[in-house]
Amino acid sequence: MSKHNMKKGFFDRSLFREALQQSFIKLKPQTMFRNPVMFTVWVGTIVMTAVCIWIAAGGTTSQGSLTYNIIITVILLVTLLFANFAEAIAEARGKAQAGSLRKTRAETPAKYIQAPGDIFVEEVKIVPSSQLRKGDLFLCEAGDIIPIDGEIVEGLATIDESAITGESAPVIREAGGDKSSVTGGTKVLSDRIRVRVTTAPGESFLDKMIALVEGASRQKTPNEIALTILLSGFTLVFIIVCVTLKPFADYANTPITIAAFISLFVCLIPTTIGGLLSAIGIAGMDRALRANVITKSGKAVETAGDLDTLLLDKTGTITIGNRKATHFYEVQGVTKEQFVNAAVQASLADETPEGKSIIELSGRNPADHQVQNATFIPFSAETRSSGIDFGQTRIRKGAADAIRNIVCRAGNPFPEEAASLVKKIAAEGGTPLVVSENEQVLGVIELQDIIKPGIRERFERLRKMGVKTVMVTGDNPLTARYIANKAGVDDFIAEAKPEDKMNYIRKEQQSGKLVAMMGDGTNDAPALAQADVGVAMNSGTQAAKEAGNMVDLDNDPTKLIEIVEIGKQLLMTRGTLTTFSIANDVAKYFAIVPALFIASLPSLQGMNIMQLHSPESAILSAVIFNAIIIPLLIPLALRGVSYKPIGASALLRRNLLIYGLGGIIVPFAGIKLIDLIVSNWF
Amino acid sequence: MNMEISGIIIMFIGAVLLALPLGRYIGKIYSGDRTWADRLFNPLDKAIFKCSGIDPSKEMSWKQHLAALLTINLLWFFFSMFILMNMSWLPLNPDANPSMSADLAFNTTVSFVSNTNLQHYSGETGVSYLGQLVLMLFQFISAGIGMAACAVVFLAMREGTSGKPGNFYNLFVKSCTRVLLPLSIAVAVILLVNGTPMTFKGKDQFVSLQGDTVNVSRGPAAAMVAIKQLGTNGGGFFGVNSAHPLENPNYITNIVENMSIILIPMAMIFALGYILKRKRFAWMVFGVMTVGFLLLLIPSIYQESAGNPAIARMGISQPMGSMEGKEVRFGSVASAFWAITTTATSNGSVNAMHDSLTPLTGMFAMLGMMINAVYGGVGVGFLNFYIFIIIAVFISGLMVGRTPEFLGKKVEAREMKIAAIIALLHPLLILAGTALSSYLYAHNPDVYASWLNNPGSHGFSEMLYEYTSSSANNGSGFEGLGDNTPFWNISCGIVMALSRYLPIIGPIAIAGMLSAKKYVPESAGTLKTDTATFGIMVFAVIVIIAALSFFPALSLGPIAEYFGMK
Repeated sequence: MSKHNMKKGFFDRSLFREALQQSFIKLKPQTMFRNPVMFTVWVGTIVMTAVCIWIAAGGTTSQGSLTYNIIITVILLVTLLFANFAEAIAEARGKAQAGSLRKTRAETPAKYIQAPGDIFVEEVKIVPSSQLRKGDLFLCEAGDIIPIDGEIVEGLATIDESAITGESAPVIREAGGDKSSVTGGTKVLSDRIRVRVTTAPGESFLDKMIALVEGASRQKTPNEIALTILLSGFTLVFIIVCVTLKPFADYANTPITIAAFISLFVCLIPTTIGGLLSAIGIAGMDRALRANVITKSGKAVETAGDLDTLLLDKTGTITIGNRKATHFYEVQGVTKEQFVNAAVQASLADETPEGKSIIELSGRNPADHQVQNATFIPFSAETRSSGIDFGQTRIRKGAADAIRNIVCRAGNPFPEEAASLVKKIAAEGGTPLVVSENEQVLGVIELQDIIKPGIRERFERLRKMGVKTVMVTGDNPLTARYIANKAGVDDFIAEAKPEDKMNYIRKEQQSGKLVAMMGDGTNDAPALAQADVGVAMNSGTQAAKEAGNMVDLDNDPTKLIEIVEIGKQLLMTRGTLTTFSIANDVAKYFAIVPALFIASLPSLQGMNIMQLHSPESAILSAVIFNAIIIPLLIPLALRGVSYKPIGASALLRRNLLIYGLGGIIVPFAGIKLIDLIVSNWF
Repeated sequence: MNMEISGIIIMFIGAVLLALPLGRYIGKIYSGDRTWADRLFNPLDKAIFKCSGIDPSKEMSWKQHLAALLTINLLWFFFSMFILMNMSWLPLNPDANPSMSADLAFNTTVSFVSNTNLQHYSGETGVSYLGQLVLMLFQFISAGIGMAACAVVFLAMREGTSGKPGNFYNLFVKSCTRVLLPLSIAVAVILLVNGTPMTFKGKDQFVSLQGDTVNVSRGPAAAMVAIKQLGTNGGGFFGVNSAHPLENPNYITNIVENMSIILIPMAMIFALGYILKRKRFAWMVFGVMTVGFLLLLIPSIYQESAGNPAIARMGISQPMGSMEGKEVRFGSVASAFWAITTTATSNGSVNAMHDSLTPLTGMFAMLGMMINAVYGGVGVGFLNFYIFIIIAVFISGLMVGRTPEFLGKKVEAREMKIAAIIALLHPLLILAGTALSSYLYAHNPDVYASWLNNPGSHGFSEMLYEYTSSSANNGSGFEGLGDNTPFWNISCGIVMALSRYLPIIGPIAIAGMLSAKKYVPESAGTLKTDTATFGIMVFAVIVIIAALSFFPALSLGPIAEYFGMK
């Protein structure tokens, strides 16, 4: 969903219509005032309208023809509309994207559980989802659509989340763990769960995001504020340039029309970036949403571009979810057959992926190994081993030191050979599982982490961006180092406890770095809050989602990498369009300044290097160019300037060449071209 | 002509070669490192600090630095007003020159305290020797203040400086005693040997070949000429400044004086490299400044040596180039070189009449002052450049996909606000001043007829030049402007004061705020500010903000005149 949606045209018809309507509504002075650059254009348009009325009423003849003045006024108005349209189309696209996600959670019947004592205990009543309040409990059974976001308090269910993530494989959600969150609009496929509502209607993250995209509650980000200050500074400089020109012209006995003054001013001020600035910001959030990431503030996207350090969980991010058995090593005196048999029997009832992979590796059919009256010993954190008891046989498999304990307690030796195997496997990044039968060591199974294909290249790309990657794992340092090397991460935290992440983040932040991490568990929440960018998985607990500043709907741990690029694109788009906008001024000066004075100082014809047809056509061409460049750049503003990890200096050189040099050359050609057309009439 | 060209190449390269070791020496002084001159100057500085009761090791915050700077300036302001308005009865006045009127004294005081040295009086008749000595004192003080302010920014930019960049009094005193004083003595001795007077006796007399008795003004000139050149002051001892045969007797003194103009401004950049331990960054700054400087210089030399097209049309050949208003002992090329060096660096001393420069050279001289950062004044040149760096850092930081940072410190809204205000101040003061005078003149040409000696574009250039020179704290005059009137004295005085202090306060505030911020370590994604690419970016910012803002005004003045003459 995230990918194919991006192709959907920029100007989808209904979006287009909505944006067009909004561009007029946004002409209100209160709205315009938020953008100082465009506000000055707005004032200019009002002044020009007054001038037109003045001429029409026969008040003056010194301001040029009525037609000419009306055309200038209309172009100024169009400039404003284009700028408004840019913002409106970005808003509309963002809202449409968020809306399509929200559609999944339209009114659905909910099985509301009445609180004990109301009438009966645990009475279930069907109510529309909109009546559910935060803290209410509801029930979901196989086939039900989950009515609203919540947290499972009891039960386990398989859930189809494809409506949100686009991933068709069902996922398991259960009470108590780190995967206890369910999302409104997803479908329960099996089992039955009791869920507590975690968000009030209209307050879900998606609702907050839609509000962010909409004008009213959108706040300017710190960088946007700083850029607005710079652009206002430029605008002020050009106000000074244009206002002082009046007495200069008086001195030179050169009457300059109001239209010419305002045209010069509007052309010089950075309208291009001024008109596109808010669209760029909205588009940044929108791009995040297209990547199925809900951002809680525009600032978070901006910060993502600055990240220095990424904390990544090993499992699921760097390695494919689970370890796989890759080798059986029997100890001396045990036959391979005997060892593999025992390993398979111990894994029969083991539902963990590791257990399944052992059977897979053995190539045996589990049905052939069924035993009677067996007791399965499940894995527990205390024993750190699992196994099976049948008859007089006790088979255990588990961590080396756990099995060593069992063996030694029975007074048997732990073979030297097994110990060295364990060490060797660990050094190669594998996880050794020791198998014992009746407190005698049979052999060692090697489990290996499978590093995701292509992940090394992604880390290389991050390194070129200047982002350091840190792998967080519960493995021992030896294994961790091996995998870290193999995957190409810069650092790792081994045998990580939740507070280790927190300490690492603090340490990095103290040296001035910005840190991002992804997490899902409640014990991740403090670290998510501490990180500069904390991305919570949508499947994670409510606490984790509250603590972070982004929520990833795909639960994809590699998403951080995309988020960094989205942040960088956002900042780059601002920078390059500012450069382009300001570089345009060179040509505009050469178009308008000679036109202003040529009447009284004909010698200045030498400055008319574009050979524009007449003063009127020169001014018109410049204003028209100034207006149409805005819609021409809307697609770029929405798509964002593409980021290439080629190092900061090379990137600057590239962008300076395209947008700086391009910004100088393009308007010369553009204005000349428009002049060729306009000169037919003026 | 080739001789003349080689003359200026020698001056330029000589200045760079001298600036390199001098910059290292200045860098050592500000960093507090030991230098060979310590043995000589330590006792002198100690005595000064002991008398004044200042503890030079006490570090100051940027706000305390500014308080110290403004206090020093305010005290000297009143002192100077008193002397200039009472010169007639005070000692050291052998020629019985009169006291100044209040508005002229205001203009002169602001002008010298602010390192501008705009002179609406003539040294021979307008001030006594005591007045000259006081003005000379300011030439040390204002230059020392500029250097100390710049040093504050250097130290604040240093890694690990957290909010307290040195002691202002210490930086100020050392700039005067260890840099300006010894260099001035050396230059003064060379001038003395070549014939510049240094005496407290009144006018001398001689009988010319025609039999007329001629009175020749003299005085303690050599000392003042040295510091006016070195401290980018420019206020000459005599009215016509370094065009005067006693102020600048021959080609040798011309070389020495002209190199003195650009020596310290260049050396400050190398000092920056030493203090920050970022030589490449210093070379980037120096490179951008040099490219800007050469772009002003080369067309000017071409214009001056090509001569005046109006004279050429009369069939008169001009083998020496355009010689109107120039001294034969220097020639057109060396005069053009001086004109550009003196305007680009905010010095303002002249060895030729700027009113008589060909129109485009006049424009490049003005552009040098409008940019005011291609080398720029001692210390303050870099401060102006710093603002352009901050703006360039902001835009190019975004272009590499990060929120902008400069030398490991985040540039945010507060810094941008200050940078934007300072960047627009210079165009505001120049254009608003010129607009006011154009308005007055255009609407009451009879009342203000005495202002302009030339009508049309050239008259406009004269007014534009005056405010540009005031706002750039340059002090040179286009001349031809009747400027000793209350209007010009007061308006230029206000422009000089605003354009002196705000552009010092701004960069110190920004550098101070940045130094108090958390240090962000560099990574592969960080914008590198010591590369040619970034240099191009800074250059573009300078051209588009500083130079193009004046394009409409310049087209009405020198550009219109140029096309009119063709």
